Amino acid sequence: MFPNKAAIEGIGDAAHLAEVKGRSLWADARTRFFRNKAAVVSLVMLGLIASFALFGQFFAQYDKGFVDFSLIGSNAYKGVPSIETGHYFGTDSNGRDLFARTVQGTGISLMVGIVGALVAVIVGTLYGATAGYYGGRIDGLMMRIVDVLMSIPFMFVLILMLVIFGRSIFMLFLGIGLISWLDMARIARGQTLTIKNKEFVEVAVATGVRPSKIILRHIVPNLLGIVIVYATLLVPSMIIFESFISFLGLGVQEPNTSLGALINEGARTMQFGYYWQIAYPLFFFVITIFAFFFVGDGLRDALDPKDR
Amino acid sequence: MSTLLSVRNLSVTFDVRRPGSWPWTKPRKLHAVSEVSFDLQAGECLGIVGESGSGKSTIARAIVGTIPSSGGNIFFEEHDLANMDPRQRRVHRRDVQMIFQDPLAALNPRMTVGEIIAEPLVTHEPNTPRKEVKARVRELMERVGLLPNLINRYPHEFSGGQCQRIGIARALILKPKLIICDEPVSALDVSVQAQVINLLMELQRDMGLSMIFIAHDLSVVKHISDRTLVLYLGRVMETADSHKLTTAPEHPYSQALIASVPIPDPVLERARPRPILEGELPSPLAPPSGCVFRTRCPKVQPSCAEARPALEDIGGRHFVACPFHEAEQVLAVNE
Repeated sequence: MFPNKAAIEGIGDAAHLAEVKGRSLWADARTRFFRNKAAVVSLVMLGLIASFALFGQFFAQYDKGFVDFSLIGSNAYKGVPSIETGHYFGTDSNGRDLFARTVQGTGISLMVGIVGALVAVIVGTLYGATAGYYGGRIDGLMMRIVDVLMSIPFMFVLILMLVIFGRSIFMLFLGIGLISWLDMARIARGQTLTIKNKEFVEVAVATGVRPSKIILRHIVPNLLGIVIVYATLLVPSMIIFESFISFLGLGVQEPNTSLGALINEGARTMQFGYYWQIAYPLFFFVITIFAFFFVGDGLRDALDPKDR
Repeated sequence: MSTLLSVRNLSVTFDVRRPGSWPWTKPRKLHAVSEVSFDLQAGECLGIVGESGSGKSTIARAIVGTIPSSGGNIFFEEHDLANMDPRQRRVHRRDVQMIFQDPLAALNPRMTVGEIIAEPLVTHEPNTPRKEVKARVRELMERVGLLPNLINRYPHEFSGGQCQRIGIARALILKPKLIICDEPVSALDVSVQAQVINLLMELQRDMGLSMIFIAHDLSVVKHISDRTLVLYLGRVMETADSHKLTTAPEHPYSQALIASVPIPDPVLERARPRPILEGELPSPLAPPSGCVFRTRCPKVQPSCAEARPALEDIGGRHFVACPFHEAEQVLAVNE
């Protein structure tokens, strides 16, 4: 009936026990994510692709700028992919080593995607959260600016920019950075509107926490789940976007290259039987995009288990 | 006893715009709280009761400062909180803390309990060394009945009652002078309600806190508060000592409210007469002329529609806003 004396003393002792580690919502999401096989496989693939882009150059037998003049004219049978010649992926139409070029192209494509997503996450989230939190006129003004920027036919402006200011990677990054945050700002604002009416935000206001702290401490961590999901889905669309621009011949310029530019070159020579010149860049392109999509899907399921 | 908080003619109105109307059309005014006045002594507990939509929570939020008031004064230790700019106001916020109805919603799900409880301290005393912050959090957790070794846990790992204790600990860490409890127990089940209320009473006594306790459960208010204020459609109907108000209310609305509390004895419950309140609360967009309660009052007279009855002092800090008031013995709640 009554707990014995030892048990009561035990309860008293429990107060002095070591601190228990809590399970944060992030930890829960991590567990759910790692249970998703497709997402984990894709994550491993992404890791492999990233290390290919980072360390691949050390395995290349030729420098990415080296033109093998001995192959000119005999590219079709001497430039085929082979282990013996050291051209693992063959050579491109100018006699350069395609392996080294693919390493470089993958790196630049990944960088474009990640820079675009980073700009979106940082600028878009803070912009949207600020607009949503303050509300009223500030919100109206800030979101109308976004609407105006969105209504500009972007591809047209980017092409004009690249033509006028010269084609450079910096220009491309600038252009991608300028649009990528717009959608994110809208998403973040919408989420903020629901979060800012929660009681814990009211508590913070009542306690006297400054608005900037409230946004950073209470609002942003609570909308980060959706932001992360959207960002992982944004990376592949940025890569596709860059590839499209490069495919048009306006993006990354020689001697630099990206997957899109390589595919462009490959597509031109495909009809003459140089299948490897399109096959290898395309393979990396498709694998990267697929992996990002699967990881994004897995993250969405993990971070928002109610939505399934 | 000194007066800690003195509210004078406090009004809160909200602009209501019809959806889809032009931005330049004049919004309609919703009077959530009109001309409410009351005093709170240091160390006293004031209960505020009323139906849903009577403006209880709005009063609380106006005092705490999350909703701007549109008229009147809130004097807190001689400082008028209602007419202060936000920067000055932030300094005074440490003395007034609030406890909310939904215990889980009031805690940020991404922060640990330790961070949540420490937030007011870190905000107002940013130079406190981290070790001391932690020591104070642990001490307070023990004080409100939580094991201090749970300091790194997250809110979703706690039960409703425990979450409310976390909310109480957060409200107390700055040693405030006034705590406003907005229906702190209505979301909890009955056995936990009693624990939380007893904890609040104990803390109030030990720390010499003043408290405003909002509830729609009269028996709870009677148990905890020294004085009770009855609110109807944003206006004060009656204020009196809790005991007097629950045993001999003067205003017809208080009488109806008290008579509607069930008695846990079927024989007594069936036998007692009930003044029945018919209809709904009128819209605060268009409150009735004269006495706002006249549309549902069992004792309504033709003169009620003409003038708004003033709050009349009938002795012993008992105020009634009804010219036709008479004491009516009602069966006391939970005697």
